[in-house]
Formats: sequence, structure tokens, C-alpha cells
Amino acid sequence: MVHAAKASHIGGCLSMADILAVLYTRILRVDPADPRSADRDRFVLSKGHATAILYAALAESGFFSPDELTNYCRDGSVLTGHVSHAVPGVEVSTGSLGHGLPIAIGMALAARSEGRGSRVFCLLSDGECDEGSNWEGILFAPHHKLSNLCAIVDFNKIQSFGSVAEVLNLDPFADKWRSFGWHVEEIDGHDITSIERVLSAVPAASEQPTVVIAHTIKGKGVSFMENKLEWHYRSPSDELLAQALAEVGA
Amino acid sequence: MRTAFIESLSQAASENPDIWLLCGDLGYSVLEPFAAKFPERYLNVGVAEQNMAGIAAGLALSGKTVFIYSIGNFPTLRCLEQLRNDVCYHGADVKVVAVGAGYAYGSQGYTHHALEDAGIMSMLPGIEVFVPCDPMEVRATTRLIATSGKPSYLRLSRAGEPSLGATAVTDIRKPRLLRHGRTIVILVSGPIASRALEAADELARRGKDVRVVGVTCLKPLDEVSIHGAIGDAELVVTIEEHILRGGLFSLVAGAVAGAAQHPRIVGIGIPEQSGKTSFAGSREALLDAAGLSVPALVARIEQSLATR
Repeated sequence: MVHAAKASHIGGCLSMADILAVLYTRILRVDPADPRSADRDRFVLSKGHATAILYAALAESGFFSPDELTNYCRDGSVLTGHVSHAVPGVEVSTGSLGHGLPIAIGMALAARSEGRGSRVFCLLSDGECDEGSNWEGILFAPHHKLSNLCAIVDFNKIQSFGSVAEVLNLDPFADKWRSFGWHVEEIDGHDITSIERVLSAVPAASEQPTVVIAHTIKGKGVSFMENKLEWHYRSPSDELLAQALAEVGA
Repeated sequence: MRTAFIESLSQAASENPDIWLLCGDLGYSVLEPFAAKFPERYLNVGVAEQNMAGIAAGLALSGKTVFIYSIGNFPTLRCLEQLRNDVCYHGADVKVVAVGAGYAYGSQGYTHHALEDAGIMSMLPGIEVFVPCDPMEVRATTRLIATSGKPSYLRLSRAGEPSLGATAVTDIRKPRLLRHGRTIVILVSGPIASRALEAADELARRGKDVRVVGVTCLKPLDEVSIHGAIGDAELVVTIEEHILRGGLFSLVAGAVAGAAQHPRIVGIGIPEQSGKTSFAGSREALLDAAGLSVPALVARIEQSLATR
């Protein structure tokens, strides 16, 4: 998709690919045949730039035809380069960072007020944790004991214009969430068993929201992309695409 | 106006269990009746307007009708992108309610003066914008937006605004005749309407024939009714407690500009303030200083007649 559209953000897609795969195959109670069911779980992609991998996951899950994916970023397609709620299965459009978590909090409040068992999962990038709006939400959710809320941080350590450590250091990251009152899980974000264990446990604490800090590798699975800032922007050539597909076994 | 709002909202909430009210840690001595009656649907989110707007969107996307309340610039400019993306782009059923229109917070200073909010809100896609002139219009607006299903902005002043005009509010989306007249038509939004009426009375004593029409619904502007209200006037004057750019004057001028023939339109509003510090003063004193005293309004209108 990214190659055909000469689009960007493939590195941040690959870092969260395993998380999405687990969410859509083993965790989320969503039904392509009834996508607006009031009792569904919600998934909010706050790092809206990494939408290509979400579109792929939704197509593979039956929300729309995988054939449609070839239209990613093409003229007239609903598959825009930042996630769009015009796409079946997408809850909200994002793209400006720091918006998803507050929206997810509102959804979690609504579900709880109606006594529904819905859980709300919100996937954030590490870089977007620079946004103050997230910390407003991080303060709010434990105060209101939103145990049906789960934030997942794709902690690939590289943000838009440098490493997280150099641009605006988040460490001690887990301690920050813990001190705000969250139930914190830290995992290898590419270990399927760990991902499934922590996400299937939500709500893990009876009176706390959960955050999963997923240590990931930007560009995971493709040797020339791994941990390379440039793959936030570049689109692979024909040769590099062939090499990448061979490396991930596609 | 604040009291009229909360009474009307409480009434609407008693009829609709999906109505929620969120505030940004403001609303002392105003919101308590709602909070007491509907504790499970009232949230003080803290001093965090971006989070408030996002939460409102999330609630609305889950089927709720959500009012968010704070002072002037806080639930509007502070969280403008959340309103643009999370609320308006999704068509979420969120109502932004700002208290302290224009100079209502007087001596509290520049940060608390809402001077650009109505214009900025009007620029957002799909939002409906209401600037009531008196408490009766606040009640009508609150009733309407509680059931409209659309993103809305309600701009309130504070307290003690007089009721205007003998005519009842039949349709808050339409301009409301406040004073009969023909040759000069004053279009006005917000409680500055009381000064517009005083100016019209003074002009009448000087032999002028002045109509005053309240325009509460700035967006969507009922352009047909605006043309009807203007009629065959020789001069149209807009008066607003807001800068001229983006507010009532801009919207009326935009609506009328396309007509083959139309009268001259003079806009009277608050001058843009940049690089100058503001001074302490009551709303009334600040309006006078901004050129919106009744004598100044009369003088501006007479001057406009003379220079046609």
C-alpha cells in the first residue's frame, strides 16, 4: 500500500503490526456484520498517521474487501493517509496527535454509564506523549476509575525528527503512568503471547485504567528499516519492496 | 442568562436521559442545580479544556448529547482543534456553552474578554452558532440545541440582562423584530441589543425611523429573513459586542453582498486590540470606551446617514 501510493509512515506501521494483529484476531469484540453494535469494544487509533496497517487489519477482519487497499491514498478513495472514520470499522478520525485518548475516555465513560461490558482500547505513539492533552486525560482516567479503558503506547523510541531520548525524554515512562494511578504493563510489543496476555486481562484492575507500554522496533521485520528515522517518511522502491516482502515472509 | 440556561438545560435533561453536562472547573453558583439533580450526568473535568472537548466527542459518538461549559475563550479557543476535528468533523452532538460574551467579565481583564469567539466558532464546519440578546432567547436556544443533534455554540453574557421587546420568541433561528421602523435598520446580536434599542429611541426623538432586529442565530444565517428585515431601508447598521471580522457584520455583509442592489451596511463592533494593554473597567465602561456608548452609537449612525 505504502509503496504503491508512494506514501510514508511505514516504520510506525510495522512497529504496531503485532499489536493490531492480536487486537483484531483475539481481543476486540467487534463484528463486521454489525459494526455499530452498542455493545462493541472500541479501538481508537490516536497515532492516526500509521493508518495503512489499520486499514489492512480491518480488511483482513472482513470490514471491507482487501482489494480496496490498493486505493490507499489514491484520488477519490476513502482510505486517506491519516485514519478516517469514513472507512468501515474505524471509530474516529485522527491525525493531529493528542486527540485519541480523551475521545476514548468519553467512550469509556459512556459505556460504563450504560452498564455495558465494552472496553475501549487506544493506541498512542511515544512521540505523541509530548502533547499536553494526553496528560490531561492521563490525570483524568484514574481519578474516575475507568477500568474499562486501556491505553497502549507503541514505544518504538523514535519520533518524527529524532529519538525520543534526544527530542523530549519520556523516561522514567512507566513510573510516570504509575504515579498518575494507572495499572501499568510493560511488554515486548512483538511478543504475541505477552500482547495477548495483557490485553485479554483488561480490565485488569477493578478501579484503574490499564496502560500497556509496548517496547517495539520502528520498521520491525525489515532489516533496512529497523530503528531508522528515515522510514517515518520514505516510500520503498520496487527493489526494496521486494526485499522487505521477502524478509517478512509475505 | 446563566440562570436561564441552566434552568432550561435541567428541564431538557429531565426529558432526555442522554443529556450530559461537562464543565472545566467553572460555573460556581450556576451549575449546582444540574449537578444536584443529575449527578451521574454531570462532570467537572478539571481545568483541562482539551480533554473536556475530546471526552465530549467520545460521549457524543456513544449516543450522548453533551454540553460543555466554561468562560469565554476557554471552551472555544483553548480547545479549538478538538472542536474542529473531534466534534465538528464527526458531526458529534456537542454543545459548546461560553459564558462571558464580549466585555461581560469587565475588570477581569483581556484574557477573560471573549471578542473573537463567535466568528471563530462560525468558521467551524457544520456548527450552529447562537448569540442570544436576552434571557428569553437563551431559553429558546437551549431548548432548540438540546434536540438539534448538531454541534452548536451558545454564547452567553452573564447575569442581569433585561428582557427585550414585546414580541415572543417563536423561532430562534429567525431574526426577531425588537422595534418597528423602516428607513434605518439596526441588526444586533447579544445583550448589546439593549443599547441598540436606546440608540434607536434617541434617533426617533431626532426624527429618524429606526427598526431594530435581533439576530441570534449567526449560523446558519437565515439570509431570506435578513433580506426581509432589511426591506427598503436606506441604511443598515450592525452592532455587536465582538470584533467586526468574522461576526455579525461579516456574516450579514456576506449574505447581502450578492444582491443586485442593497443599502449601505455600517458595522459597529469592538476594535481589534493588539499590542495595547487593557485597563480595568465594568462591562459598561469598557463598551463606552470602545465606542459603543448610546451617544456614540447615535453619533455613528447620524454620521453614516450624512455621508451616504
